[in-house]
Amino acid sequence: MTGSSTRTILICSGKGGVGKTTLTANLGIALASQGVRTAVLDADFGLRNLDLLLGLENRIVYTAQEVLAGNCRLEQAMVKHKLQPNLALLPAGNPRMLEWLKPEDMQKIVGLIQPHFDVVLIDAPAGIEDGFKNAAAAADEAIVVTTPEVSAVRDADRVIGLLNTRGVEPIQLVLNRVRPKMMQSQEMLGVTDVTDILALPLLGLVFEDEQVIVSTNRGEPLTLNGSSSPAAIAYRNVAKRLQGEEVPLPDPTKQRRGLRAKMRQLMQTKLF
Amino acid sequence: MTLREMIDRLLGRQQASATTAKHRLQLVLAHDRSDLNPDLMEQMRREILEVVNRYVELDLEGGDVSLETEERATALVANLPIRRVRDDVLPQVPAVQ
Repeated sequence: MTGSSTRTILICSGKGGVGKTTLTANLGIALASQGVRTAVLDADFGLRNLDLLLGLENRIVYTAQEVLAGNCRLEQAMVKHKLQPNLALLPAGNPRMLEWLKPEDMQKIVGLIQPHFDVVLIDAPAGIEDGFKNAAAAADEAIVVTTPEVSAVRDADRVIGLLNTRGVEPIQLVLNRVRPKMMQSQEMLGVTDVTDILALPLLGLVFEDEQVIVSTNRGEPLTLNGSSSPAAIAYRNVAKRLQGEEVPLPDPTKQRRGLRAKMRQLMQTKLF
Repeated sequence: MTLREMIDRLLGRQQASATTAKHRLQLVLAHDRSDLNPDLMEQMRREILEVVNRYVELDLEGGDVSLETEERATALVANLPIRRVRDDVLPQVPAVQ
């Protein structure tokens, strides 16, 4: 979309509540702490939450709206994270922005951000309507977040179709909220079930982790303070893979050793 | 088929819900993916009628072009009642590119 070397990545899912904003916040912090100058842009103008997950909600003075209207400079609106200065947030403006915002506006905002950063993450709204299309207009590549549930996978498929027609590439998949035990007993769609159906390369696999809720309560993303909880590790690995580093993906069916785990694996062995 | 699916089938048990989920998804996505938007569908219908109408006189009121999905395959089904074959159609030599 632009000639600059800045990567502009859309984070989307179709379905709401699968973890787009959580991924944006954690991936943003993880990239920043790996030395990447990262901007996160809240494109969910209707229901903004990225500021809250990053703990920056009290530091917002200006938003994307004032930047577009020419009422402030970009640097005045960008909120730099105190503990991770490589990360800055451009907050979403008033929900009424939805009435007039056009794809060109998003491209303009991103165009202003790009010269100052290595990576721009755009947190897309749920759905496939104008809000999503505006957000997608400014992105070069995309990360689709889904969970191993039929509704989330179906919606992800819709979104992937729309991204394909818009020439957004590459599109990579993050499978979120995986429950290894349920996958072992085949009561949850398996990792290859989902990747086969959606035909996307897997960028990350995040296990269901209660610490995510705790970190949201505090407004401190898990990747911020060296947490070794499963989700924190998974998000950091997404950041590494995004930069081309090869990090093996965990295998949810091999999470527990012992006879029962071996029995389960035997039961899942493909016979033909 | 996995060992689990085999045993479930032999014992007449309900299959694991992940298997059911996968099969249901494959079906619904086959349908979703073949879903043309109404505008494109209407445009295609008009163009098909136009081409066929060059050769035979159609009952345009009774014509119907639709997409039908059965099992895993999606088919374009056209039902075009013909009034009469046009006798003024000249055989065309295919254009050389």
